[in-house]
Amino acid sequence: MDLPFGITLEHGGSRANKTGSWRTERPVYVHHLPPCNQACPAGEDVRSWLYDGESGGDGYERAWRAIMEVNPFPAVMGRICYHPCETGCNRGQLDEAVGINSVERFLGDEAIRAGWRMQVDRPSSGRRVVVVGAGPSGLSAAYHLVRLGHAVTLLDSAPRPGGMMRYGIPAYRLPREVLDAEIQRILDLGVDLRTDTTVTDLDQTLREDGYDAAFLAVGAPLGHRAHLPAGSAAKIVDAVTMLHGLEEGERPLLGRRVAVYGGGNTAMDAARTAKRLGAEDALVVYRRTRERMPAHESEVREAEEEGVRFTWLSTITQVQEGMLTLERMELDETGFPQPTGETEELPADAVVLALGQDTDLAFLGRAEGVEVEDGVVVVDDSQMTGRPGVFAGGDVAPGPRSATVAIGQGRRAATSIDAWLRGAIPERVVELPLADFAALNTWYYTDAPRSHRPVLEAARRASTFDEVVQGLNRDTALYEARRCMSCGNCISCDNCFGVCPDNAVIKVDDADAPYLIDLDFCKGCGLCAAECPAGAIAMVPEEI
Amino acid sequence: MRETKLYQIGTFAVGNRLLDPEDRSAQASPDRANSITSGHRACQGCGEALGARYVLDAAMRAADGDVVVTNSTGCLEVFSTPYPESSWQIPWVHSLFGNGPAVAAGMAAGLRASGRTSTRVVGQAGDGGTVDIGFGCLSGMFERNDDVLFVCYDNQGYMNTGVQRSAATPPAARTANTGVIGDEPGNAFGQGKFVPLIAMAHEIPYVATATVADLHDLEDKVTRAMGMHGARYLHVLVPCPLGWAAAPAETIRLARLAVESGLFPVFEAEHGEVTAVTSIRGKVPVDDYLRLQGRYAHLFGDPGRPDLVARLQALADRNVVRFGLLDSDDGTQNASLGS
Amino acid sequence: MREQLEGSQAVARTVARCRPRVVAAYPISPQTHIVERLSDLVRSGDLAPCEYLMVESEFGAMSACIGASAVGARTYTATASQGLLFMAEALFNVSGLGLPVVMTVANRAIGAPINIWNDHSDAMSQRDCGWVQLFAASNQEAVDLHVQAFVLAERLSSPVMVCMDGFVLTHAVEAIDVPDQAEVDAFVPPFVPRQMLDPTDPVTIGAMVGPEAFTEVKYLMHRRQQQALAEIPSIAADFAARFGRTSGGVVHPYRTDDADTVVVALGSALGSVCRVVDDLRAEGTSVGALGITCFRPWPEAEVRAALAGARHVVVLERAFSPGAGGIVGRDVRTSIGSRTPVVDAVVGLGGRPVSRATVRRVLEDVSAGRLTPDDLHFPDLRRDLIDSEPATRGGPRA
Repeated sequence: MDLPFGITLEHGGSRANKTGSWRTERPVYVHHLPPCNQACPAGEDVRSWLYDGESGGDGYERAWRAIMEVNPFPAVMGRICYHPCETGCNRGQLDEAVGINSVERFLGDEAIRAGWRMQVDRPSSGRRVVVVGAGPSGLSAAYHLVRLGHAVTLLDSAPRPGGMMRYGIPAYRLPREVLDAEIQRILDLGVDLRTDTTVTDLDQTLREDGYDAAFLAVGAPLGHRAHLPAGSAAKIVDAVTMLHGLEEGERPLLGRRVAVYGGGNTAMDAARTAKRLGAEDALVVYRRTRERMPAHESEVREAEEEGVRFTWLSTITQVQEGMLTLERMELDETGFPQPTGETEELPADAVVLALGQDTDLAFLGRAEGVEVEDGVVVVDDSQMTGRPGVFAGGDVAPGPRSATVAIGQGRRAATSIDAWLRGAIPERVVELPLADFAALNTWYYTDAPRSHRPVLEAARRASTFDEVVQGLNRDTALYEARRCMSCGNCISCDNCFGVCPDNAVIKVDDADAPYLIDLDFCKGCGLCAAECPAGAIAMVPEEI
Repeated sequence: MRETKLYQIGTFAVGNRLLDPEDRSAQASPDRANSITSGHRACQGCGEALGARYVLDAAMRAADGDVVVTNSTGCLEVFSTPYPESSWQIPWVHSLFGNGPAVAAGMAAGLRASGRTSTRVVGQAGDGGTVDIGFGCLSGMFERNDDVLFVCYDNQGYMNTGVQRSAATPPAARTANTGVIGDEPGNAFGQGKFVPLIAMAHEIPYVATATVADLHDLEDKVTRAMGMHGARYLHVLVPCPLGWAAAPAETIRLARLAVESGLFPVFEAEHGEVTAVTSIRGKVPVDDYLRLQGRYAHLFGDPGRPDLVARLQALADRNVVRFGLLDSDDGTQNASLGS
Repeated sequence: MREQLEGSQAVARTVARCRPRVVAAYPISPQTHIVERLSDLVRSGDLAPCEYLMVESEFGAMSACIGASAVGARTYTATASQGLLFMAEALFNVSGLGLPVVMTVANRAIGAPINIWNDHSDAMSQRDCGWVQLFAASNQEAVDLHVQAFVLAERLSSPVMVCMDGFVLTHAVEAIDVPDQAEVDAFVPPFVPRQMLDPTDPVTIGAMVGPEAFTEVKYLMHRRQQQALAEIPSIAADFAARFGRTSGGVVHPYRTDDADTVVVALGSALGSVCRVVDDLRAEGTSVGALGITCFRPWPEAEVRAALAGARHVVVLERAFSPGAGGIVGRDVRTSIGSRTPVVDAVVGLGGRPVSRATVRRVLEDVSAGRLTPDDLHFPDLRRDLIDSEPATRGGPRA
């Protein structure tokens, strides 16, 4: 066309006008720490594997592998983890937390069903590491060490590996075929497991077998004994011993009326087990209130559903055959229970003590440099004891006692051992700012109430050790994964690309950084940051 | 109107990597038309620049790129075409302030007479060019049922000339000629006009309202409109950081709050009857919307004007009832307007 | 073939044979017969393909023409008087955008007082809108000018207004030769737009131009209008060659060669003027006439040449600028310089007939020195009305 001068223009010429010069702030894509990740004791990048899982199909395997990079027990964790991730989940402030735990279980079960395997990442280092204790922490450490190319010898005094996962958690919470499958997958990587092998002298083991490093993860296998005035005929057992015996095929005779003393998860396990063993009445006696009970809410709820009764603000002052004496307590202003002097008697055929667990550190002997304080082995940030090359983790080390914490410490120890063996300094994890709820733009997320896992009907729960909580199916798992808001991290939702009035966001084919800001044209209005659903864009002042 | 097949991240976001490409928004595509491209001189966070790209890119997609556009005088025209740089990447003509709908009608007639029947016409103007000075031409275009999609980018005032009142300026808004002097409330209550309802009175095939806050809703409406022939009218709320005295980053949020408060009803109508209403997802008091805008600052000072806020809330509440903007408990909508 | 036709009918048929694709019009007297007839031709399918838009106003009509022309469609409208003024904003826009719209103006007075009859106030008010303004002296010329207008408009990419006196021509029935379709098709080539809205080559029409280039845009517009002064005679010559009659061009000198006094006129009055010239020549008075066919752009050189030998020039003004004077006369004065006195005579306002007697009286008055060059004269003024009681109540006396 022969265009008239001035008033008729070729298209798109405004790109010569670089409006980026107007800008006083620029958008920057950020990675903030999602609260689920922050809360995960095992160190899982929860948001990231949920993101993979949202695709369904192949995404499930990608998600599972992402978990496995950190935690070799998705199927186990999906059952027994108390999921602090969900407590932290920002979605809880919108409607209900994402069912992270149930998705993890789904992925773990999918992996077992499909036979997905992991592989050793590095060539053999020629170094040998002994891991003492095949519980969650030891297995975790062994898994990571063997994948890092080290030869791992895993010792355990029990006949079968698993530690408290096997000998402490009842099968209705953790079916053994699930546990076995996940342990076997670790062993298949080449871990030299020696069961029924009790280390009695650490120095001797290290010296005679020529290990380059050791990880101590012997747990806290002893039930805490409290002094209870008791008649000679009174039947008192500790929960740890009872649950352990049960796993080895014993059927403890507890009678019709069983009292469980304590308020932790082990107390719930003991009470629910007692019901399954035939007790008509299982009563949990706890000295504080329900709100202050350390047992996880879901455990308490399930116990209640199964008919377990609770007596709050009570201590056992005396045990006699067929009878308990309880004293009423009241909380002082600090929340500590104080005796009131009021007592009552209660019929009970047996008392199960679930008052906590203690370590057994006799095997340390006089191991040089390994310090013990308050019954646990002192370690530094890298899980190393005072003795170079000797690390400790799990219940034997300081910290909250849970399988998830133990798994996390096992991994940290493995990483540290690997660094130590290579003479390297352990990599410091960069602390990212927390992705808080206020930074999200939740309008963009569809209203989506949580999908809950079905539970076994009450009749079967009362009498069998069948698994109580069922898994999600493919649809519900996908739905649940897709409820994730991906706090503080880009979800490739194209919102920034779309909402920019200046077309100054460029979409590129890079999964890790799918967008670039075109600074030639970005005027710095901040719409992309304000409208980012995930709060993954920050406005940063320009240096003028 | 939009069926959500899966609960998933980003259902309301521009894109969604989990959807099939053909189900994604036009804006999510790197191959989108970018009908208005970078380098335009709109203010930071301009809702109109954004709305125009949303609408035209969707129209371009719907018409397979076969679109011609006319644009009435106003911000959009001015900031996009200062000689020698045009921001338009589509065939585009600007004539006058008050004649956009007639120019569009002529374009449609010219195309039809020339046998270029696949080429579609979109007319666009701001609220001044639509509801005030262009209204006669608009009404004429409607009643003749010319084959034009006319889009009003409503930023509720004459922003290009320095923020004066238009017939689309809401009550109590302060503008350059509705100053808050003495007991004056800002713009008067009981004046102005809501052209979508007037458009419906012409019984044209399609009338819809939308905002830049809900792209999917907007694109669906453009697509729907482009699937029809005859006179079609789309009224898009496009917040103006300058004229509303709001932060540029709040543009979309303001559009969202205008809807969620009930002050701006989002609906569709065909042949004079309301056929669908986009429900409010989370109702908010008008305060949430008003407080972000300097043009309403006089309502919230000390002592403020709670009486005026209450009147605005009443207007919002009336919209909610009149258009049935809230889902009732059984999931159905009850609009008292239309059938 | 010559046949007895109303001027409007003849123009409508001619326009139809120029094959406009879009006609957008709003009814206003005395233009109505033209657009009514076009509506019939579109509805009957005789004019096809063509879209007839019944718009809501003249502003809408011209705006629709802008849109239609911008998509590359040949476009036509017609109006008059108030309608032309209602289009005013759009007129400047059409010429500024360089869109070759052709429009008939059935010249009519402008109110207040409202008056539907003929004068040139409407066209003169839009003198500077950047359109070519051609004035038809007869219905035959009106017909022929429309054919030429489409050629001219599209060749220049500029709008053309064909002015024909309302009622005097539009409603007059006379023998008119309307070119047949084949002749018109041979003369008016298919429209090849200089610019158009085309999705395969998207351009931006109607940009905003600031101080940095506005003067240049306007300068080029002026140049384009000057170019029209060359194109118009060229097209008229082509027309004469093909159709065997003289129509159009920029000026019509009539017996001016040795004329002592030349009367300048636009439009249908030229016929009466020429008859008076013939009469006076027969009586031995040396007079001539100069018809201005192309008023805008102003054919300065042609006017100067035609008036070179005149000792007196009289301009019949069909409109004027109140408080200032004649409109055409000023252009004439500028063209010929101050050596030749120019008398401005306002005649025929609001439908008052420009009779031979009026023209003759004007010439006699000039000859007798009763009309001085420096004043604006109203030779057909009815002083009796002004001097009557009701007329003197409100304002100055004449």
